Amino acid sequence: MLAKRIIPCLDIKDSRTVKGVNFVDVIDAGDPVELSKYYSENGADELVFLDITATKEDRRTFAKLVDQISENINIPFTVGGGIKSLKDVEILLKSGADKVSINSYAVKNPDFINELASNFGSQCIVIAIDAKFINNDWYVYLVGGRIKTDIKLFDWAIEVENRGAGEILFTSMDHDGTKNGFACKALEKLSQKVNIPIIASGGAGKIEHFNEVFKSGNIDAALAASVFHFNEIGLRELKIELNNNNIPIRL
Amino acid sequence: MRIAIIDYGAGNTQSVKYALKRLGCKGILTSDKEIISSSDKVIFPGVGQASSAMKKLKSEGLDLLIPDLKQPVLGICLGMQLMCDFSEEGNTDCLKIFNSKVNKFDNSLKVPQIGWNTIFDLKSSLFDSINDNEYMYLVHSYFVPVIPETIATSSYGITYSTAIKKNNFTGVQFHPEKSGGNGEVLLKNFITN
Repeated sequence: MLAKRIIPCLDIKDSRTVKGVNFVDVIDAGDPVELSKYYSENGADELVFLDITATKEDRRTFAKLVDQISENINIPFTVGGGIKSLKDVEILLKSGADKVSINSYAVKNPDFINELASNFGSQCIVIAIDAKFINNDWYVYLVGGRIKTDIKLFDWAIEVENRGAGEILFTSMDHDGTKNGFACKALEKLSQKVNIPIIASGGAGKIEHFNEVFKSGNIDAALAASVFHFNEIGLRELKIELNNNNIPIRL
Repeated sequence: MRIAIIDYGAGNTQSVKYALKRLGCKGILTSDKEIISSSDKVIFPGVGQASSAMKKLKSEGLDLLIPDLKQPVLGICLGMQLMCDFSEEGNTDCLKIFNSKVNKFDNSLKVPQIGWNTIFDLKSSLFDSINDNEYMYLVHSYFVPVIPETIATSSYGITYSTAIKKNNFTGVQFHPEKSGGNGEVLLKNFITN
């Protein structure tokens, strides 16, 4: 049976992991390669790396880092942040990434999704969507949640599927950082609208939240950052608990 | 031991190379027919689209070389699918090593299938030290049905071939290079058996 996936997400700046990480006793948690190895050996099903550096020089360094990660871990990983061309994607995939995640650039240039799908295949195209619930509807936001658009979440999700996206990573900005649980209702509706895998993101605070999101809708994976980095939720403990709740999980 | 990884522009070849390196083996990424033919083992990887992959193989003459290889060959993901007769993906004639079509998953399923799925009905030394019901990582929209050459199955809506074997040719639908410890065991079995 296909297992539900648990995905730690790492933000990378200047080749270091950022956002407080509390593993200092165990490993150099600022070193993305060390942290990736730790996660891959401790039950992560997949990893996501978001490059939050801006300059071109740093992007080349990021590709080198992707290569090092690929050399050191034996589970799949997705990379994203600032991808704007077929060449960017080619470099990252050649460096060993399994999938790339595109957000703002796809909203501004939807044809880019079609181009990516026909060049590299849908299986490696993750479209990340940040959205917020306003006046009874979910609206898509850009640039890390700073700019609101008039595009509605469910319309955009259907469009990215039709254009060839292989997976959707949905972050509810209303839930992100609250630690009060995932946007289960919106996720459930999203899973009825599209027929590609969905990764839930934003709001994870405790083990029950993962349980809830997998029970409520047809969600394929759940992503979180700080609860894992601060060791508030242990990956093993989480997966055992989900398994006890009859959620298909790779132990 | 010389292991050639067939380079035809497709797929995540870097990960295969690094997976071999972690096992202490050097994989040579190449499209050179001499090097491929003279290697002890050959890995035929692939992530991508069937018709464009076949075009690339043909442009290098690899479509004629691969079916004639005599040493153990391991096709991974698209590599496995391309060893069959025909793929529904782009209605593509493939290498015709295995007498099977490659079909698309039913639309009632989420396609592509992405993630860790269990493997069953293990029938080859390739799976030594790996048990039924263990997880491997898969990402695919097309599948090989169960055929006489099936040596392992997985289920996603239907039960399909997650591994096939005929003479010196073996194909796996999952990615051993991305399947954690189980994947490493499988690659080691391929190298040592």
